[in-house]
Amino acid sequence: MSLVNFTTREITCKIVYYGPGRSGKTTNLHYVYGRVPEARRGRMVSLATQTDRTLFFDFLPIDLGEISGFATRFQLYTVPGQVYYNATRRLVLQGADGVVFVADSQARQLDENLESLQNLQSNLLELGIDIRTLPLVLQYNKQDLPRELILQAADLDDALNFRGVPSFPGDALHGRGVFETLKAISELVLKRLSAGSTA
Amino acid sequence: MTAALNPKFSFETFVVGAANRLAVTAGRAVAENPGTAYNPLFIYSGSGLGKTHLLMALGQGAKKLLPHLNIEYLTLDEYVEAFHAAVAAGQGDAFRRRFQNVDMLLVDDVQFLTNRKEMQAELLRLTEALQTAGHQIVLTSDRPPAEIADLDERLISRFSGGLVVDIGAPDYETRVAILRRKAEERRAKFQPGVLETVAAAEFQNVRELMGALNRLVAYQAVNDVPLNAEGAKQLLGLSATARAGGPAATAAPSGDEFGAFLHDVTVTVGKAVEAWRARVAEAVLRWEGEGYRTQRLEALLEQEAPAGVDDVIAGFARDAERLKALEAEVAALDPGAAGQSLFRDPDRLADAEAAAERVRAGAAPPPGPSGAFPLAAYAVGRSNEVAVSAARAVIEHPGKRYNPLVLTGKSGLGKTHLLNAIGLELAKAPGAIVACLSTQAFIDELIAAIDGNRMDWWHARYRQATALLLDDVHLMAGKDRTQEELFNLFNLFQDDERQLVFTAPQHPNKVTGLEPRITSRLEGGLVAELAEPDRAVRRTVLERLLAQQQIAPDAALLDYVADRPVDSVRALVGVVQRVIGAAAAQDQPVTAGLAREVLEGQPAEQGRRTGGFRTSGLVVSSLGGIRSREKMAWDWPDPVDRIVEELR
Repeated sequence: MSLVNFTTREITCKIVYYGPGRSGKTTNLHYVYGRVPEARRGRMVSLATQTDRTLFFDFLPIDLGEISGFATRFQLYTVPGQVYYNATRRLVLQGADGVVFVADSQARQLDENLESLQNLQSNLLELGIDIRTLPLVLQYNKQDLPRELILQAADLDDALNFRGVPSFPGDALHGRGVFETLKAISELVLKRLSAGSTA
Repeated sequence: MTAALNPKFSFETFVVGAANRLAVTAGRAVAENPGTAYNPLFIYSGSGLGKTHLLMALGQGAKKLLPHLNIEYLTLDEYVEAFHAAVAAGQGDAFRRRFQNVDMLLVDDVQFLTNRKEMQAELLRLTEALQTAGHQIVLTSDRPPAEIADLDERLISRFSGGLVVDIGAPDYETRVAILRRKAEERRAKFQPGVLETVAAAEFQNVRELMGALNRLVAYQAVNDVPLNAEGAKQLLGLSATARAGGPAATAAPSGDEFGAFLHDVTVTVGKAVEAWRARVAEAVLRWEGEGYRTQRLEALLEQEAPAGVDDVIAGFARDAERLKALEAEVAALDPGAAGQSLFRDPDRLADAEAAAERVRAGAAPPPGPSGAFPLAAYAVGRSNEVAVSAARAVIEHPGKRYNPLVLTGKSGLGKTHLLNAIGLELAKAPGAIVACLSTQAFIDELIAAIDGNRMDWWHARYRQATALLLDDVHLMAGKDRTQEELFNLFNLFQDDERQLVFTAPQHPNKVTGLEPRITSRLEGGLVAELAEPDRAVRRTVLERLLAQQQIAPDAALLDYVADRPVDSVRALVGVVQRVIGAAAAQDQPVTAGLAREVLEGQPAEQGRRTGGFRTSGLVVSSLGGIRSREKMAWDWPDPVDRIVEELR
């Protein structure tokens, strides 16, 4: 996908929310959806099971309008977190300009987080993308849970953020950290513009 | 009826920012070169972003430069009203005339064309007429042409054919600039930070921004205390919890997270899309819009920080302009050669130059001799031996022995044959370019060249020839310009010892209507006359004709026909064909007896056309008509004559 098209003056960013099951990726999208003026957002497509698990993927297009003469569009995707939907995950990852890794802050979910992070890396590798070159942001979700159940951001940084990418504590349900994360990943993605990348 | 251009709306008062720079640049270009730069120019943007301002500024800019220009500004609604009024008054034609005489037509809000089929047809006709006349059209709309519902395909393509530009919402910096300028205009002074606060609010268009400013001005006018940033925020309802005014009022109750996000993204994009990129993108847009290939510019965008961006853009523009000039030049010389893709690719400028050079040099050589008249097939006899030997001398020593050679003689004696034969022989020399054509064709080509303003090309075309052979030079009589051109060519060819051969029915000094300078030059070489064919010629021609028809030559037949006097080879051919035709019709071999039967019935000396219909009728009936080879239209008897015949 062409990120910036100078000829048609369009910027399109595809951002994928990745992470283990039930970490709050769809919740992130829902929050964003609720904050985007109606005129700016497309229909949010969500394919969920009865128990609110994402079956295929969620898709939220946002039209940011004309920015510096460029029609700017963001496309937010989530992947299904459950392990057995890997094919779907890889499909959604295709052509991603940036990835938000939504980690579950609960201490007992640490392994799942690690596993999902490794899964992200291997999936990217299969798509021929080096995770070190792809804009990536971490979000430690569910920080609103009782302290004894969760790991603090610093601990999670130690455990997950070995690449030193931007990370944010979050509470997607109430919106804490959601836009900070989105902002951070957008910035990373858009900074590639200045590098002239049209990857 | 037509709204006047509001002097307040000029280029000077238009605040230019990233979102509208392209539109303003295009607008200025159009104002400076109406009808040539971008035609039509189609500007679209959301409401309140400056379409009308730009349109009026464009009109005024043009008026300032060219005060005599007839500029018409009106909104589509006004146009529709005017049209209906004119139609109601039975003056539809006057209405059309009025608009077709406009030098620059500015139409605002064309999106209202939706569901107005008859207006679309009218506007289509008008745009066509104006564009053909090279008059400028500028249109504005709130959406691009393709998105105007129910718009005629032809209008869409016509609107999109020039340049379509959009004006985006102003960014923060532009908003501040607009507010400052407007505040100055109103002589209103605000505390620092106030205007910035207003600008920070995401007003979607300039009109809303102006509304906000007006409220501030009004408030400050009635209150003694100058407004501060916080006060302005409250006044405009821009407090942290709720924002009134802009459409962004739907934002989140817990602060406008999306607005802040949007702002951040805008800043990031603004930084990312550095100014040079915008310039390159504009150049790409511009040249692409004119149909040029822009890989060279696009390659710039792939690089991180290319050096000398402006030089490259300027160089590209230079090349493209050069291509444009070349293409125009080539189009004038040879319309068929223009329109090649290489005239659209600045990276292949050298190729284009070479192609243009070829065209300039008259890559298309002048018409050559016809291959149907080889010298070997020319029958030689006493009657034409002077001419033929002169021709051979010319072929052996072109330009040196007899220059010019003028072949004279009546029609049908083989002047054209000999002329082409000489041409064919001359053309065998390496590098020879033989121009061999009828004088009529020569004149026609000259007229076309004068008409197409491509005399240079015409000159080049003939000057490159190594020999010029003109058939029926007497047709030049009375054509002064052709004679002048021939005179020049004549001198050039003679100086360079290039061969000139002409044919004429009489000696040049007997041809009336030729200028003395031409006549004297024609006489200056050798004038060789072709006489009526002698027996040897007749016999040779006869044998050849019979051989062509695969008829065994019968000595008695040859003697009989060859002995018959004919005034030209062509007449002899006619005689032979008549005999062969008769033989075929009667299914008999061609013999002297048959020939006598056919020919004595109708003396050959009598030209067939002058022979009268009576004999003609006889011949036809004797041949059984239909299978005759000479079944030419004039050989058929006039029905009226036939009736008379039968009555007799």
